[in-house]
Amino acid sequence: MDERLSPPRTEEQARRLEEERVTRRSFLMNVGIALNAVVALAIATPVVAYLVGPVLRRRDYRNWVTLGNAADFVPGETTLVTFRNPYQNPWDGETANVPAYVRCSDDGKYTVFAINCAHLGCPVRWFSESQLFMCPCHGGIYYADGSRASGPPERGLFTYEMKVEDGKLMIKAGQFPTLRNQAGTSPCPSAPASTSPAMVTRIESCPSTKTSEPGTSASTIG
Amino acid sequence: MPQYQDQRAWYKRVYDWLELRLQLEGPIKDAALHPVPKSTASWWYVFGSASLVLLILQIVTGVLLGLVYTPSAANAWNSLEILNHQLPLGWFLRAMHGWGSNFMVAVVLIHMAQVFLFGAYKFPRELTWILGVCMLLMTLGMAFTGQVLRFDQDAYWGLGIGASIVGRVPFVGGQLVDFMLGGPIINGATLTRFFALHVFIIPGTLLAFTALHVWMVLKLGVNEWPMPGRIVRRETYLREYHEQAHNDGIPFVPGAVWKDLIFSAAVLFAVAFCAALFGPYGPKGVPDPAIISTVPKPDFFFLWIYTVLSFLPPELETPFIHIVPVLGIAVLIALPLVAGAGEKSWWRRPVAVFSVMFIAVCWGILTDLGTYTPWSPQMNAWSSAPVPVSYLRSRTPLERQGANVFQEKQCRNCHSIGGLGGQRGPKLDDVATRLTEDQMIRQVLLGGGNMPAYGSALSPAETTALVRFLVTLRPSYQPPANDASRQVVEHGGVPPNSTVERGGGQTPVR
Repeated sequence: MDERLSPPRTEEQARRLEEERVTRRSFLMNVGIALNAVVALAIATPVVAYLVGPVLRRRDYRNWVTLGNAADFVPGETTLVTFRNPYQNPWDGETANVPAYVRCSDDGKYTVFAINCAHLGCPVRWFSESQLFMCPCHGGIYYADGSRASGPPERGLFTYEMKVEDGKLMIKAGQFPTLRNQAGTSPCPSAPASTSPAMVTRIESCPSTKTSEPGTSASTIG
Repeated sequence: MPQYQDQRAWYKRVYDWLELRLQLEGPIKDAALHPVPKSTASWWYVFGSASLVLLILQIVTGVLLGLVYTPSAANAWNSLEILNHQLPLGWFLRAMHGWGSNFMVAVVLIHMAQVFLFGAYKFPRELTWILGVCMLLMTLGMAFTGQVLRFDQDAYWGLGIGASIVGRVPFVGGQLVDFMLGGPIINGATLTRFFALHVFIIPGTLLAFTALHVWMVLKLGVNEWPMPGRIVRRETYLREYHEQAHNDGIPFVPGAVWKDLIFSAAVLFAVAFCAALFGPYGPKGVPDPAIISTVPKPDFFFLWIYTVLSFLPPELETPFIHIVPVLGIAVLIALPLVAGAGEKSWWRRPVAVFSVMFIAVCWGILTDLGTYTPWSPQMNAWSSAPVPVSYLRSRTPLERQGANVFQEKQCRNCHSIGGLGGQRGPKLDDVATRLTEDQMIRQVLLGGGNMPAYGSALSPAETTALVRFLVTLRPSYQPPANDASRQVVEHGGVPPNSTVERGGGQTPVR
């Protein structure tokens, strides 16, 4: 007995052939899709890298800037200074000017405060008569040593890293100070960085002042 | 052989030539003539089309401004000044674009409230609503980025506020700030980023979403006028709507569209009228951060946020500004998915009606507060607001010296007297009825509540003079505050007719 299957009928053959042909076509289409996916991935990688470029370059941002002769800052006074941002584009214009407050305490110690309120970054103004920094936006007030006096800020003014070299007062600047970057790591000149989480607790910028009444300790006397 | 003479007019021939190739007549006729329920031909249904018209106005005026505007930090401000003052009618185009944006935000919000109150987000129009929520966010995004492109002091410090908010994000806040600003600080790279957002990315997406939104309105039909008791059921709604539209309907054109046309024309006229009357917005001062004598303020539609940010207690602020907006958007998006069926009429949806009223009242109050910012010190009050003469009449030299101290130590920036000065602290016209001399000295030197301590900024002589002046501040018909404990110590009991006896409390000393 012949055990071989009889060959399919002609229509059946045509149908199978058609099916096969469609399969080949859809295979080729799938190849096409796969190729495009690969190319898209290859293109997307540099695009994403380009987009997040400003984040990848973060550590270049801060550089030492000279604010002037350290001796020119009068002890006991707080002075508004302006410097050109060390990290800038040729088309920045006036926006590359950055203001800051230099405080020279009576014993000749320097502190350089960022102009930006620790609440939402508005420019605080110094009032030498009342020895206070006041913010025009939401009413944050700071004492002469930068510690929080009242209002919505959860900490004292931001300070710049600072050094005196060859009689020149220099700060490490270049970054907009916010609660989550370099500027935010040293909340107070006299105290180490606060370790309490900023999400839920009020950061008292100078824990040491909590022992006495605020505004009466030597550190707040301008 | 006789030449075939085409009898059609020339324009008809042009039209037919184009139509043979474009084949647009069918779809456009379908869209224009599709039947809508008679009840939708209402003046309440004009806000969606008006939003679209305003979007087109914004695109046209935006492109025209783009012919001149320079997205460079060094020159953007100058190019706006040139638009305002040198190019003929450049000021008018800027004004149209600025007022157009105000009107667009307003009309979009009214459209949203109407759609919400009419239950139009229910089945099968859930996705239309969700897309609409995205479009609202993009409209607000356009308003904010547009304010940035008007590159003045408000724009600069507005970006600072934005960066500070982003910087509060846990863990990645610092990186996000760099990403948002295009670098470490607000500068030229920031402006070009926001330019790309305002001119390409957001409007492109907004247009695509608008096309989808309109497409769905055409396909699903305009929401019928809600009747109390006519419940939306997923099984039967489509059939019911179809019957209503076909049995008791009118073609969209011209049945309903004439009201849209008239309202859109009115809105456009209103924009042009405001533009001509009030002129363009700014630019205010040059975006030089070294000019710190500035009081940054956001545009009208963001004033309420500005107010909220000033009232949040410091402990709550970071969680609040990151959780509440996300929750709010989630609620808006989830609304049609949760409440996709049921009653549409506002007569049977009291919670919906009261939510809209509550939000509107809150928004109004917060915006009103934002216009005069009672929480901010008035930076110039100490040097510009005089002490009322009546407060100096028949006073001793020491008391007058105290008035001097009061001015010169900037007390006035936070405390008003005679109706002038900051509103951060309580007004002091009647402070002597609330605090005794001792309590004043304590409050001035040590601060408390929201007041900084002045112990380091005042000499003993200045403090004495200041407080002597303050104790004169009370109306003649009210007795001065007295410290009940003193009376008890000195006389062995509460004196008759004291504030304590009359139930008046002493201001607690914190």
